[in-house]
Amino acid sequence: MGYSMKSQTKRKKYVGLQRRKAKSGYLFILPFIIGFLAFMVKPFFQSLYMSFCNVEVGSGSFVLSFNKLTNYYFAFRVDPEYNRLLVEEITRMIIYSLAIIVFSFFVALILNQKFHARALVRAIFFLPVILSSGVIIGLESDNQLMANMANLMEEAASGVSVTDALENILRTAGVATRAFEEVFEIIDNIYDVAIASGIQIIIFLSGLQTIPSSMYEAADIEGCTAWESLWKITFPMISNLFLVNWFYTVIDFSMRTDNEVIKKIQEVMIINLNYGPASAMAWIYFLIILAFVGITSLIISRGVYYYD
Amino acid sequence: MTKTKTAKPGQLTFWERNKRSGGYLLQKKIMEVGVALARFILLFGMCFLILQPILNKISVSFMKEADLYNPVVISIPSEFTTENYQLAGQLMYYKDGLKNTFLISLTIAILQVCMCTIVGYGFARFEFPFKKFWFACVMATILVPPQTIATSLYLHFRFFDILGLIKLITGDTINLRNSVLPYYLMSAGCTGLKNGLYVFLIRQFFRNLPGDLEEAAYVDGCGTFKTFIRIMLPEAKPILTSCFLFSFVWQWTDSFYSKMFLGGKRLLSTSLASLVDTLAAFLIRLRGGGGGGVSVGYSNMLLSTGTLMMITPLLILYLFAQRAFVESISSTGIKM
Repeated sequence: MGYSMKSQTKRKKYVGLQRRKAKSGYLFILPFIIGFLAFMVKPFFQSLYMSFCNVEVGSGSFVLSFNKLTNYYFAFRVDPEYNRLLVEEITRMIIYSLAIIVFSFFVALILNQKFHARALVRAIFFLPVILSSGVIIGLESDNQLMANMANLMEEAASGVSVTDALENILRTAGVATRAFEEVFEIIDNIYDVAIASGIQIIIFLSGLQTIPSSMYEAADIEGCTAWESLWKITFPMISNLFLVNWFYTVIDFSMRTDNEVIKKIQEVMIINLNYGPASAMAWIYFLIILAFVGITSLIISRGVYYYD
Repeated sequence: MTKTKTAKPGQLTFWERNKRSGGYLLQKKIMEVGVALARFILLFGMCFLILQPILNKISVSFMKEADLYNPVVISIPSEFTTENYQLAGQLMYYKDGLKNTFLISLTIAILQVCMCTIVGYGFARFEFPFKKFWFACVMATILVPPQTIATSLYLHFRFFDILGLIKLITGDTINLRNSVLPYYLMSAGCTGLKNGLYVFLIRQFFRNLPGDLEEAAYVDGCGTFKTFIRIMLPEAKPILTSCFLFSFVWQWTDSFYSKMFLGGKRLLSTSLASLVDTLAAFLIRLRGGGGGGVSVGYSNMLLSTGTLMMITPLLILYLFAQRAFVESISSTGIKM
């Protein structure tokens, strides 16, 4: 199996069979290369260039005239909302991504146990991946009626809300600092967390299933409690999946259709026809997300444990 | 020998066993039941949480407008009516939309899966120079939000040209804004909706397959492409099915690409997104140009009905293909 031996082929000249294989390799990925160059690279750099330009769309073509950082100045200093939306969206993203990771990890732990109707429960947890994609999630967040109805039902349940009671107790106890407020917000919006964690649950589950049960048995015999084996076995064994899931969650969250920054960009672009500033805004957002993903992935990857 | 429970050696009753273990067995049993109960409550609650919006939508979709303001009615309508469905169907051009959406989703999904499989296989099974670089490019397509390049893609297809050739011949660029061609081209180039993810998943799957099969085929004189079609593709059925399903479903609900490239077509997702505006226009026409907007409750009721009508085909699909959705992702063995 020479394919996986990277070190062997890395520094060698591609001759004979290897050369032929390299050629067919390129043939296989040719569609991607063409598509990437045509529909990614060009628009990518053009949009970067456009963010430094004043774009005027005429009848036959569009004219770009270089105007330095005016668009960026517009995004940060002229536009009344952009700064606020950017900060809000990014804090929301950080908090929710953390919540999604924790939630999906614990749900995966539960779903990995053996109980009746497990397949059904898994199917239900995966349902949001299908039903809350694309256009629906944007509409959902605007749907006042559904929110009212949920409230009505809550009230109909004789107004008993465990979470409210708990929150009140914690608040009056004086422990409610800002961190607690964030936790409360997440608990109140647990639905948003639950519908965004379908894929992550499946990824964690697939990781959990690869841990050999003999490890747990050995730990059990040695007198390890379930809590200890969670931290000493489960956690390290699937730690690389935290990286994958974090990556996926942040990216997924930053591109959702109910994202305020994205809505703003589209508004500026399609309604106001300000292509230049729209590109600048998109680029600022993209760079921040990229930096965030890069730094956090680096931090997480330090903690990842590789078994083999 | 008679078969009685107590007489059998080694098969003691629960209480006897409990006594022998010094109460440990009972303790463990209670713990087990307690955990199962807690798990049941937790899972039941969360499943209800996820399903509730759908159930709410179903109940609302059968209501009349008056029921919305009736404080007694919460989830069971006082008068059953299907007029919401009729109106939403009419406003969304449901039959047309369904047909178009189905055709586009199907063809796009097939195209995307085919191309992504070829590319994913290339990445998984061949060594060639700059492989890491190209794979980084695949990851970049996942990373770059389509919104970043939307502006220039829009203009790119508005004034479409291949290296200036078309302008040279016809003297003008082509406006591909309202045709479906650009999106098919993008799908063929693995740059469509979430295509980077499919490439990644398929590559991951192929990497985990043993290489012996392939080598045997090569030794027997099977060409590269033939090996791929005859030997490797049948092995990859589960991941291909799930990528196809994802592609189909996400295309079905997508509004971003649809709005940008398929604006001329009647699709369920775009007509659902503009349903409230359509409703307002429709009501104004009905009233003969009179003012007065649509009440929030009524428009949301119709929106819920429209959403239900859009997701019903997907729900049916999910019912049958649930296993393919859930299980095959776990079969890829995602690692980083």
